[in-house]
Amino acid sequence: MTDAYAPSRETTEGRVYNLSGGDWDLVMGGVDPISEERLVVNMGPQHPSTHGVLRLVLEIEGETVTDARAVIGYLHTGIEKNCEFRTWTQAVTFLTRCDYVAPFSNEAVYCMTVEKLLGIEVPSRAVLIRMLLLEINRISSHWVWLATGGMEIGALTAMTNGFRAREKCLDIFEAITGLRMNHAFIRPGGVANDLPDGMIERIREFVKDQRTEFKGVDKLLRGQTIWVNRLKDVGWIGVEGCLALGITGPLLRAAGLPWDLRKTMPYMGYETFDFDVPTDDRGDCWSRFVVRTAEMWESLKIVEQILDRLEPGPVMHEDPKIGWPAKLSLGPDGMGNSLEHVHKIMGTSMEALIHHFKLVTEGFRVPPGQAYVAIESPKGELGCHAVSDGGTRPYRVHLREPSFINLQATAALTVGGMLADCVASVASIDPVMGGVDR
Amino acid sequence: MGIEEKLPDGVLLASVEKLVNWTRKSSLWPATFGLACCAIEMMAFGAPRSDSARFGMEVFRASPRQADLMIVAGRVSQKMAPVLRQIYDQMPEPKWVLAMGVCASSGGMFNNYAIVQGVDHIVPVDMYLPGCPPRPEMLVDAVLKLHTKIMHEPLGPKRAKKLEGQQVELIPSSYRYGRS
Amino acid sequence: MSEGMFGVAGSGDTSGFGGLVREAWSAPTAERPLGGYFDEVVDALEAACPVFEQAVSKIVVDRDELTLEVEREHFLALITTLRDDPSLRFELLSSVSGVDYLHTEKRLHSVYHLMSMTYRRRIRLEVAVTVEDPHLPSVTPLYPTADWQEREAFDMFGIVYDGHPSLTRILMPDDWDGHPQRKDYPLGGIPVQYKGATIPPPDERRAYK
Repeated sequence: MTDAYAPSRETTEGRVYNLSGGDWDLVMGGVDPISEERLVVNMGPQHPSTHGVLRLVLEIEGETVTDARAVIGYLHTGIEKNCEFRTWTQAVTFLTRCDYVAPFSNEAVYCMTVEKLLGIEVPSRAVLIRMLLLEINRISSHWVWLATGGMEIGALTAMTNGFRAREKCLDIFEAITGLRMNHAFIRPGGVANDLPDGMIERIREFVKDQRTEFKGVDKLLRGQTIWVNRLKDVGWIGVEGCLALGITGPLLRAAGLPWDLRKTMPYMGYETFDFDVPTDDRGDCWSRFVVRTAEMWESLKIVEQILDRLEPGPVMHEDPKIGWPAKLSLGPDGMGNSLEHVHKIMGTSMEALIHHFKLVTEGFRVPPGQAYVAIESPKGELGCHAVSDGGTRPYRVHLREPSFINLQATAALTVGGMLADCVASVASIDPVMGGVDR
Repeated sequence: MGIEEKLPDGVLLASVEKLVNWTRKSSLWPATFGLACCAIEMMAFGAPRSDSARFGMEVFRASPRQADLMIVAGRVSQKMAPVLRQIYDQMPEPKWVLAMGVCASSGGMFNNYAIVQGVDHIVPVDMYLPGCPPRPEMLVDAVLKLHTKIMHEPLGPKRAKKLEGQQVELIPSSYRYGRS
Repeated sequence: MSEGMFGVAGSGDTSGFGGLVREAWSAPTAERPLGGYFDEVVDALEAACPVFEQAVSKIVVDRDELTLEVEREHFLALITTLRDDPSLRFELLSSVSGVDYLHTEKRLHSVYHLMSMTYRRRIRLEVAVTVEDPHLPSVTPLYPTADWQEREAFDMFGIVYDGHPSLTRILMPDDWDGHPQRKDYPLGGIPVQYKGATIPPPDERRAYK
């Protein structure tokens, strides 16, 4: 009886097989086919460390990444196409869910674009409220970055602290807008509602409280050896690389170029405020950590200056054909209709009723043309290109999302580093997949 | 399925059923399936202010092999749907699915080509939680209702029959959570 | 050109607005002087780019923004000049997007927003192609940032960028048919039942256009 794989012979002890390891000879001889094979690892869309539904296809040699590709599209919602079937005001509710960590930025840039198309000026109190919400949103977005980045690297206390501090930002949002996230509060023409009573004192306390939180997280992380070693010299990209890839925001500032649209191409009155643009010159993950934490301090400075400047006034454009007269308040049935507004339109003024009716059913008409406005969102340059054909609905809305553009740097940041550094690099880009995929 | 599923039915073993269900509900480990905005609220649910650890749920298992509960948090796009099904299939029995948010429950505000109109097109759902996004307190409420549902699940051959038939019972809100 | 006042046709509407026909609006050509920094930019471009006359078919100044409508053949030469010339220096390509103007001959427009960080200026370039021949030169070799943005415009509109390193679908699944953000692609919703009534998806509802 012969065995195809091993010759055998009968002995007094029984059958003895003679085996020779074929592949071991190959390995020792250096012609092992495995060494020429490429190992491709998929950090799939469902993963605790890829910051949302991002799929990373990594080609690995040992622990070093030799090639990296980011596959996106797992959260594509067709937000831009949806906006074409809604009025200009209703489109805000869709666009706010693009970058869901910093929803006010999406709303603000879209509303600024629509106002540019309409050719109207927003009342100054509305502008100040918008800036206030944008800056507190910057703080809460950076808290989410710190919390999720820390969790992905392994610093779980960064997550618990970050989310606890973020809850205080969300309390402010809830008091002003009614929602914790995805508030459709900034509308074309102004903002939906005025600040409630006692809000200014509450925000002042919030500012003091946030300073304590920043100091706490600083003490927790900045000197911590493991944190420093995980972030220093990891995921480097220089200024030329950033500009070629169109990267803006904290990554560009961490590479050394002090480009912040609030300072360089100011909008909304930012040129009248006193704040600095933090930069760092190393260009690695540690620099981005330094830059983002410094930005949070600067945002608090701006918030305090805004509080000093708030003057009473209207918060929505006075033209009744454009200004949405929401004035929502909590009624006895828990719903948001404002009874005095209902009394006014039903009881006293026919014009107000007609305007309300036209605004709610038809929406306002925007003169035809196209416009592009860009602001500095917490992730980078957020732009909105809106095209109008003269109708009540956007003909085309495109958001130039910074996360989408910044994520192109994945290959540049991760190739050559180790697999674990890949996690830290992607976390430092701070992509929000809702914005990437829209 | 463990040995507890193979025990015969009957009055004597009714308390075993309750015991097993109690152990299952007390440490439901969620699988991370955070997709979009609801994922941030799910993380806030795990954060200190509304603590999920008090229900035994702070451990968000990354690997579906070790998870019992899949909280689908966020909008499921056409590209993500096969991944969702694969993760669901990789979870071992007993498993439950909680559709968090309107996008997971029914497609939400995104009634279009790119979003699956409700994850119940893909996986069987045990609890639907509306909201856009639902507050962490609402997620706590959904989890507690799911606990009550788990407490009332049958064991053994009755459960196997139920799983095939996939009947859904409505739990009246007069049940007291966690005690029955 | 758009017809009708409401989003649907044949609905038994007797208001008369259903027969409304509105002409499409196209931006008027701008008269010199253009205002602001636009004159400097256009003069510098004219001086630096030899194919300026053939390349730029229309200059539009609208809402404080300069738009150059560019012909496809000379587009690469023009955009290279915009990037390299020392008095223009448009280093950053902010955004590449597509727009579908349904009732025009060259439907698919590819819109480029360029920003000069040195001079703090913005400019918009617009190139139009037809659906039958949707080819455009890719600017990825000049501006690597256009990589994913051109892939998105291809995926959503079907504009094919020649010279792109890997033009594949990026947002939709790889085997998807059709280009979703074109105007003749349906929104694709399903009717929703709510409290006894069935509401059609947003693109089939009667609503003001």
